[in-house]
Amino acid sequence: MLRNRTDLPLQQDATRRFLPWLVAIMVYLATLALAGLLVLNDAAGRWDRGLSGTLTVQIPPLTGEATAGRDAKAGERKRVAKAIKVLRGTPGIVEVRVLGNAEIKALLEPWLGTGDFAAELPLPALIDVKIRPDARINMDGLSAVLDGAVPGTTVDDHRKWLDRLILLARFTQLIAASIVFLVSAAAVATVIFVTRAGLSIHHEFIELMHFIGAQDGYVARQFQFQALGLGLSGSIIGFVLAAATLLALGVISGQLQASLMPKMSLDLSQWLMLAAIPVIVALISMITARVTVLKVLARMP
Amino acid sequence: MGYAILRGHLWPGVYPKRIFVRDGISVVRFQNVGMRYGLGPEILHDVSFMLEPGSFHFLTGRSGAGKSSLLRLLYLAHRPSRGLVTMFDHDILTTPRRELPALRRKIGVVFQSFRLLDHLTVMDNVALPLRIAGGREREIRENVTELLEWAGLKDCLDAHPETLSGGQKQRVAIARAVVNKPRLLLADEPTGNVDEVIAMRLLYLFEELNRLGTTVIIATHNEALVTRFRHAQLHLEDGELTIRRVAAAGAA
Repeated sequence: MLRNRTDLPLQQDATRRFLPWLVAIMVYLATLALAGLLVLNDAAGRWDRGLSGTLTVQIPPLTGEATAGRDAKAGERKRVAKAIKVLRGTPGIVEVRVLGNAEIKALLEPWLGTGDFAAELPLPALIDVKIRPDARINMDGLSAVLDGAVPGTTVDDHRKWLDRLILLARFTQLIAASIVFLVSAAAVATVIFVTRAGLSIHHEFIELMHFIGAQDGYVARQFQFQALGLGLSGSIIGFVLAAATLLALGVISGQLQASLMPKMSLDLSQWLMLAAIPVIVALISMITARVTVLKVLARMP
Repeated sequence: MGYAILRGHLWPGVYPKRIFVRDGISVVRFQNVGMRYGLGPEILHDVSFMLEPGSFHFLTGRSGAGKSSLLRLLYLAHRPSRGLVTMFDHDILTTPRRELPALRRKIGVVFQSFRLLDHLTVMDNVALPLRIAGGREREIRENVTELLEWAGLKDCLDAHPETLSGGQKQRVAIARAVVNKPRLLLADEPTGNVDEVIAMRLLYLFEELNRLGTTVIIATHNEALVTRFRHAQLHLEDGELTIRRVAAAGAA
């Protein structure tokens, strides 16, 4: 039964005044760490999905005398056609598409701006290749064949870059998960410390309750509901602050519109996961308080 | 359970009528009980006695003779190191721990230092044993109010113990000890902090409770009271207990 009154003067504990603030700080940190973990998980997944199964074949522009005039254009088209022929003849490749000038310009825009530079700059031809997901393509073999057909051609399967990026993301995720774990452990330790301090302050009262026939559960309830209340109030403060921080980050990163930046906004299921933190911390506070009190009481006859 | 009105001659107000039950079984039985704290020396040696329901005993002996330790065994704050302690027909050594609270509720204790909770009002202090026992809040308030009126503390219901005089605190402590209608009442030096007149009144009160069926043990140094009230004595000396009976034991 939940009694809304308590027989123990728990409100008078100086230690208990700090508990909600300590819990608030810990929930704030844990929520941000978990949010970071979720955002990175999303981003890494998106990078992986987006770039796996594709290849980019780059055919460098002709240099020297051959660069000028109509012949050069025709020569380049021929080189591209040769490369396409090789690619189409490779088993496992499902789509081969030459990127148009407009697309190449768009790719270069972040670095070179919006000027009309295509005419002046020797730009490589780019071929976007899609591979059947289950296909195993010998990249070195394909590279050699392409280089033989069209000298200077390079094949980029993005794997190296992607692997490093995903490794970085996973490592950062590991750090975030460690922070969530450490902060939770610190929360438990804090509640244990505060509850123990409360027990030693009120030892005489607990003893009296015990001697006049209180069941252990009755005494434990007085502490556990206090701990739940304190834990919940601290958790809510921490969560609200963390949510405000995340929303602000979302707005700022949204304004950047940088394609490489991971998406900073969270969907409903992710918000629900974050909202579970304050609830879990408050429950941990309650359970810790109960277990601690019961352990102390178990030492009494 | 209703409280019938019975004029008390000690304090103004009403007294709960016939609140205690005799059952014909020994309330307390000690057989060759020894007790020590941790690995320390034995405080009580081979203590043996039996208390019948409705009996009244003084617990006497010099300081350090083991009175408080014997009381601790009696209110189940300590288990004996050896020997057999039977309370209300339960062997304390073999009774499961979870069943001890029910036994403790049959025992009322007036502690030497009262042990009132200063953050609670007089009403809440006295209500504590009933709340612990899971009583209904409305009944608790009615019963406690009636008991406190009887104890002459009608005007102090919402006061906190620290604002009360020594005599008033004493009465609150006694009210808390008897509110649960205990079958055994233990009082540790209840007359230690009060003058002779109040000490006499307290003894009359305990006798009145005893007449209603409660088994009473009063630990005291007060030789004058022991001589005057002529009840049997459990006398401790160096941890050994002897029973001193008097010719007219039980008479005031």
